[in-house]
Amino acid sequence: MAKKVLGRGAAIVGVGMSKFGAFPGQSSRDLFVEAFKELHSSVDKGFDPQSIEALYIGNYSSDLFEGQGHNAPFMADWTGLAPRPATRVEDACASGGVALRQGILAIASGMYDIVLVGGIEKMTDLPTSEVTDALATASDVLYEIPAGFTFPGFYAAMATAYMHRYGAPQEAFMRVGIKNHDNGALNEKAQFGTTIRQVMQGKIAKAEAKGKPVPTWADEMEFLHDERANPIIAWPMRLFDCSPISDGAAALLLVGEDLAKNFTDDPLYIIGSGQASDVALHDREELTTLKAARVAGRQAYEMADVTAGDIKVVEVHDCFTIAELIATEDLGFFKPGEAFAAVEEGLTTRIGPRPVNTSGGLKSKGHPVGASGIGQVVEIWKQLRGEAGERQVAGDLDLGMTHNVGGTGQTCVVHIFERR
Amino acid sequence: MREDQFTQAAFYAHLAEHRLMASACTNCGKKFLPPRPLCTACYGEEMEWVELEGVGELQAFTVVHIAPTAMLEAGYGRDNPYCSGIVKLENGLSISAQILDVDVTRPESIVIGTPVQVEFIERGEGETVKTLLGFRPAT
Repeated sequence: MAKKVLGRGAAIVGVGMSKFGAFPGQSSRDLFVEAFKELHSSVDKGFDPQSIEALYIGNYSSDLFEGQGHNAPFMADWTGLAPRPATRVEDACASGGVALRQGILAIASGMYDIVLVGGIEKMTDLPTSEVTDALATASDVLYEIPAGFTFPGFYAAMATAYMHRYGAPQEAFMRVGIKNHDNGALNEKAQFGTTIRQVMQGKIAKAEAKGKPVPTWADEMEFLHDERANPIIAWPMRLFDCSPISDGAAALLLVGEDLAKNFTDDPLYIIGSGQASDVALHDREELTTLKAARVAGRQAYEMADVTAGDIKVVEVHDCFTIAELIATEDLGFFKPGEAFAAVEEGLTTRIGPRPVNTSGGLKSKGHPVGASGIGQVVEIWKQLRGEAGERQVAGDLDLGMTHNVGGTGQTCVVHIFERR
Repeated sequence: MREDQFTQAAFYAHLAEHRLMASACTNCGKKFLPPRPLCTACYGEEMEWVELEGVGELQAFTVVHIAPTAMLEAGYGRDNPYCSGIVKLENGLSISAQILDVDVTRPESIVIGTPVQVEFIERGEGETVKTLLGFRPAT
């Protein structure tokens, strides 16, 4: 297929996000208002919210999580934007990234100049078993769920295929979790503001204070190998391999690129966008890669006319630790089967040559599924503008990427951002 | 159930008769599991049922400790984990299924590539009994 181009470029000129975590009593609209307020104050030259012309809201399932359908108009109302068109976008955990793409297409079409793109999810009102059931509806409920699969189970199955094919040890998955918690500990918006070492030390201190037998873990790896500290969710995925159940919201102000400098001298131009779909997991030729990610990535690289080597920072969809390994291979940062060794060598840390998930990723930052794809963009905004504080990657960062996956990889959306 | 409808209802009705059935395009011969009503290879609109032998090999698996509601109701859970997997069958077809008779207490002992054969699982009681697809190591 011929290279796709946008009829008109789009740029991000403001961002905001709520803290991610568990917030009893706050609905998704309350969290969206938090994100909107931060977005409002983030626009360097200021802007009138009434200039927004349309909203695209990524949300997986407020229906199942909150008993609330038709939520986009509420986001417009709670931000004072009714009667502007407000559209909910759903592609499971890729809902946020796909909402961004819809906003880009709306601007590229010439229909709108200024669009609010959001992502929301409120998951913690339900007990874990019901959250598991709700998430499972993003897979094939006719044929995969009767087999007993859960979402951790799907990615665990990919992990067994990956281990079998490449000889990867379980420790490689644990390294991803350790790295992402190290990053998330420096992110004030993260659900888990602690490193795994700190979690371990906290448990030791607690045992000492209560006069109970004190665990003798030598380091994080020993802690993560302890069945009681890090129980199996779906083998080989353990607790610290899985992103949490989260509440959260995030928002972006998207404008035609010709207008961007009216809002800020430092916009993020969206130079690449790709999206693809795939068949159910069991129908795939290979289980150690997501074809939708490879296709979406290729589309984005072609549109942007850049290669993997040009990208300075990337946020990938690490719903489970195995997913980060597969993502970095699918996007061309590492060859197939080489990502696990790269992680063990520390290449993907903040100070490594290929920083991945400096925000803490979904693993540590939290995974309010519809908001996750937008939260990824917030991190790229901060990194490229040099506003990431203690977790700032050094150097002149001009290009960033986001990779947002829905379900078992039946949807993937990839974006490339440039700071000029 | 109508025999000419290549639906999930028909698929599970066949399972209840202990038959694993795929649909096949009468034009190009491509087989589909789960069955589907339109050939996405040639857009042929006429399908026929074909019965599969139900032998294959384990392609990927997991041992689930945190179970969904349906599996909890079937008696599974943290204290009684189970194995789910993807099985590659004859003709290149693949399907998701519960994997029985493997040592779920030692997942490291479960080997990808293990030959498996179909096993029909009756779940539920009385009116609500349903036959689900399973596999177990081939004997």
